[in-house]
Formats: sequence, C-alpha cells, structure tokens
Amino acid sequence: MSQFLMPSLGADMESAILMEWLVKKGDKVTKGQVIAEIETSKGVIEIEVFEDGIIEELLVEEETECIVGTPLAIINSDSKETKNTKKETEKNTDIKEEVSKNNEIIEEVVETKNIQIDKEQKERLKVSPAARKKADELGIDLSKITTKDGEIHLAQIESSLSFNSDVPTKKEVKTVEEKIDKKDSMRQAIAAAMSLSNAEIPHYYLETSINMTPALNYLEELNKQRSVEDRILPVALLIRAVVLALQDVPQLNGFWIDNSHQISEDIHPGIAIALRKGGLMTPALLDAKRLNLSETMENLGDLISRTRGGKLRSSEMTKQTITITNLGDLGVQSVFGVIYPPQLAVVGLGAIIDFPWAQDDTLCVRKVMKATIAGDHRATDGRVGASFLDKLNKYLQNPKELL
Amino acid sequence: MTKDAIKSTIIKAILEIAPDIEEDEIELNENIQRSLEIDSFDFLKILTQIDRETGVSVPEVDYAKVDTIENMAEYILGHL
Repeated sequence: MSQFLMPSLGADMESAILMEWLVKKGDKVTKGQVIAEIETSKGVIEIEVFEDGIIEELLVEEETECIVGTPLAIINSDSKETKNTKKETEKNTDIKEEVSKNNEIIEEVVETKNIQIDKEQKERLKVSPAARKKADELGIDLSKITTKDGEIHLAQIESSLSFNSDVPTKKEVKTVEEKIDKKDSMRQAIAAAMSLSNAEIPHYYLETSINMTPALNYLEELNKQRSVEDRILPVALLIRAVVLALQDVPQLNGFWIDNSHQISEDIHPGIAIALRKGGLMTPALLDAKRLNLSETMENLGDLISRTRGGKLRSSEMTKQTITITNLGDLGVQSVFGVIYPPQLAVVGLGAIIDFPWAQDDTLCVRKVMKATIAGDHRATDGRVGASFLDKLNKYLQNPKELL
Repeated sequence: MTKDAIKSTIIKAILEIAPDIEEDEIELNENIQRSLEIDSFDFLKILTQIDRETGVSVPEVDYAKVDTIENMAEYILGHL
C-alpha cells in the first residue's frame, strides 16, 4: 500500500490543480500509466504512476488545488513484484529524492532572491481551494476580500457576494494577470537553476567543427523516398547521433549528486524548446536509445507540439539525464550551454552553414556544423568531452549507422 | 488556383500551425522561419499542409526557393 503524492515538476512549482482523474477506485494501473491531469504554470501535465497496483482510493476531488507532496491517491501495490524491479524503483526514488532536494536548494535561492514574490504566493495560498473556485466562477477579485485571520474560505466569498452587490467582476483582468504571473514564474525558475549552475558547477567547454555534407546527402536520398510529412529533419539525425555517442561515452549522461558521479543507464535527453511567447522548456525525449531514426523524428515532433500546445507527462518533466540545445534555426554558429543541475553536461548544436573546408589537399565548400559540449569538471575531465565529440563526428560521417 | 489564393492558403497554414502568431505580424517578403520564429518542425508541417491542399510537394533541394510567402506562392504556382 502506498500513497501517490502530488509530484514536484520543477523548482517553481508549489502547487497544482488536479483537473481530472483518468482512473477510478478499483482500477488496475501499471507503471508509467497516466492516471490524472494537473494544471501547472507550465500548462496541463499528465501525471504517471511509478508502480503497478490497484487504485485503493482517490483522496482529492477534481479541480482541487494541492500543494506539492499532498497525497492524491492510495495505491495497493502488486505483491508479485520481482526483486529486480523493486530495486529499480528504490533507485529511482533515491534519485528523485536527490532531485527534489536539489529543487529545494533552488527554491531557497528563489526565496532569498525574491522574498516579495514568495510573500505574495504565500498570501495567495491562504485562500481555500473551494473559495478560489467559487471566486473564479463568480469573477470576484480575491484581493478585495479582507478577513480577520487573513484566510479566505468559501463562507467569506458567499458573504461578500450577499453584502457587497458591487463586487467588481474582474475575471478578465485576473486572467491577464495570471498569464503574466505564469510567465514570470517560469523566468524565476530558469533564473534560479541557472544561477545555481553558474555558482556551483565548474564548467569546461569544447568545440569541434563537423562536416555535415555526408549526413545531409544521406538524409536527402532517404527523404526523396518519403512523403513530405514523413521526412526526417537534420535535428532528428543529430539527436540520434548524440544518443549513440553517449552510449559510447556514458560518463556525460547522468547526475552529480552529493559529491558523487552517478551515470544513468537510460538516456533521456532534455531537448531545449523555445516557447514563442518567451521562456524555455527542456522536456525529456524518453528512452532515446531505444528509438531508431524514424522513431526519434516522430517522438521529437510529438514532444515539441505537446510542449508548445498541450500536454507533457510528469516523467518528461523530471527524468532528463543530459540536455541538448540547438540554436541552428536562428543562424547561431556555436552555443555553449549552462548545465541544468544535477545533470552533467549540455550538448550544443549550431547552424549548418556553407564553410571552406580542407580535404585531401584541396580547399572545398562543405556544410559545416559546430558542435559543443559543456561538461561538469567535478564529474568528468576534458578528455571525456573530447572523446564524446569525436564519437559524435564519427557517427555523422557514417550516417548509415544512424538508421 | 490564383497566386493570391495560394498566398492565403500559406498564411492559413502558418496561423493554424503556430496559433500564437497574429495575422498582422506576417510579412510577405520576409524569411518565414526567421521573421516568425518558425522552427524546422513547424516549417515541415507548413509544407505538409501545402502539399495536402495544393498537391505540390516541395523537395528539400528547393527549400531555398520557398523562404518567403511571396517566393513560396510563386514556386507553387509554377509547379501546380
């Protein structure tokens, strides 16, 4: 028997609204199954269970705001679970605890840096969920309601309605304010994580120029046989090559936690995706080493559209083992990343441009891309990064191996 | 299909695929990807949509010829 808690999906997340249950009491669930949808500052997220079992009880109702760590459901775990998977779950929980510890550190940074915002958020939390919902429905501005103890409950909303017929209906204004608030909280989270990274992680940076002509020619031939919608983009080929190179040089894939280097067996690259309205998210392309080239393209396309428009899963928000950033679309030649703690490295991919290239005693023009790695010097030395870039280059010179 | 009809098909496709873009941000002679922050994935979706609606599929070697809405409309008109 175990409790399923409201997960923390980032340093900026204090609470989220449980929007919809996708399971009911008595349902059998399997590890990784999406059981509910929650709404956070990053949009609607699908949350998954970490173990097999049966839903014993749902503890909160839909449309309830819950702070991180609130028990949401009780799950009766499968007793037939093998020792192996149990171990894995424990390991995962360990890492999760570490990650959430790390998030706490980040939160501390936010707190000290932004006491004002924190204070506002705490004040906001004193509104009971039912009251907030009612106020939302009625378009009541909560800041206009004052109570003795500073807490707002349903009763206060109702009384404010009966005694104050001229309560301003500020629903529209409020939505706009909320939007700014969400964008701001994402900014704060990025600020906190990046400050922590620069303060704690001694980065080293390496760069190499890669001749992309063989890979692009190969892709062109491949795409000729495909319809427009099934075409493979260079970025998918690049991510596939990064994943293969990481299998050869696993030291860069994992975490630095409690002064120790933890290499992750699974490869879940976080893909930096810019949001057009501003901000940045790096959801994980899960289990990338199990994806062939077409699947990498397909899953990447799906991940990008869900990041921009819709629903990410909780595992995609928390499992990243390395980050890949690609600013090539905007013509940038080199990008040197800032490592997202507790990860170990960021791979940076620049634009592919026509460049003079010396080959076999002749000077020619080739499609050239600058690939970089920013590594955590506590965990690895430059030689590891160099060996990674070398492998990456080798895969891209033999694109057939990337299928 | 007239060139103007093709242009509105392209604009419609852009607005559908990147709903946060406002119609008045779109300039006919600006690079579609850079001026509207359309990444390669969205650009591919736009071409897929154009292929569906006009039957013209732009091969990768011709991507440079469809960089602006004006050029894209011209290209599609020539390949209908």
